[in-house]
Amino acid sequence: MRLQKNTLLALYSVLEFAAQPGRQLSVAGIAAGLRASPHHLAKVLRTLGRAGLVDSVRGARGGYRFAANARRVTLMDVIGLFEDIGAAPPRARRARRPAEQALEQVLAEIDQTARATFGSVTLDTMLKLIARHGRG
Amino acid sequence: MSSLIRVRRAASADLPQVVAIDARATGLAQPGYWPGILRRAGRGGARRRFLVAEGGGRLLGYIVGEVRDWEFGSPPCGWVFGIGVRPDAREARVGTRLLDAITEAFRRQGVATVRTLIARDNQLVLSFFRSQGMMAAPVIALEKEIG
Repeated sequence: MRLQKNTLLALYSVLEFAAQPGRQLSVAGIAAGLRASPHHLAKVLRTLGRAGLVDSVRGARGGYRFAANARRVTLMDVIGLFEDIGAAPPRARRARRPAEQALEQVLAEIDQTARATFGSVTLDTMLKLIARHGRG
Repeated sequence: MSSLIRVRRAASADLPQVVAIDARATGLAQPGYWPGILRRAGRGGARRRFLVAEGGGRLLGYIVGEVRDWEFGSPPCGWVFGIGVRPDAREARVGTRLLDAITEAFRRQGVATVRTLIARDNQLVLSFFRSQGMMAAPVIALEKEIG
């Protein structure tokens, strides 16, 4: 399972925000921590802002802060803003071969499991998991 | 509220409330199903548990499970077959208290793993078990239409 770069940036940054609720973080600060370009990250954060996951704070010392409920927001809620796991493949012009249909069925099974997994893990659960790894 | 919750073994008098909590979650009232679960839990000794959580003079939730040996070829582990919490008692650690209690009972039986099986689209219960640190087990549930 591979997620796109923007999706990963969004997940890492939203977890950063959720770990410090109420604290305002600068784009440059988060970008440095994630070794990402501030310009690129700013675009990702605007998407998270439009979804109500973070609030932007304007001004010279502006930035973003967490605006959601970490116990309610799942990884799927974030991932779904950037990519569509399990999107139906484009319809073929001709009838698909049985082998293609069979393979699609197996791939759809994998996608459904991935969606269920991402949809069941909240940001709060991820923060606990991160803490466990930190202790480990 | 968590400190006011008491977890104990289920009794016959609890069944109407258990049925109601289950029906609220599943949309299906099964008054004939739960007495059998209670009987089996009674016969199962220490290996089977049917626990309820109560607080404020009412039943808040239930959990059912048992230790099974070599089920699907895996070493003995504790299985949770069902859990339910009254909707207006959610986010008050009722489920956590129930899971902790049954996990402790399993641990006393010498098992080191607790396992459950949940419908893929049951996000509420899946999220609960995830929040308790449970991860995907090294098994895959399979089925086939035979009707």
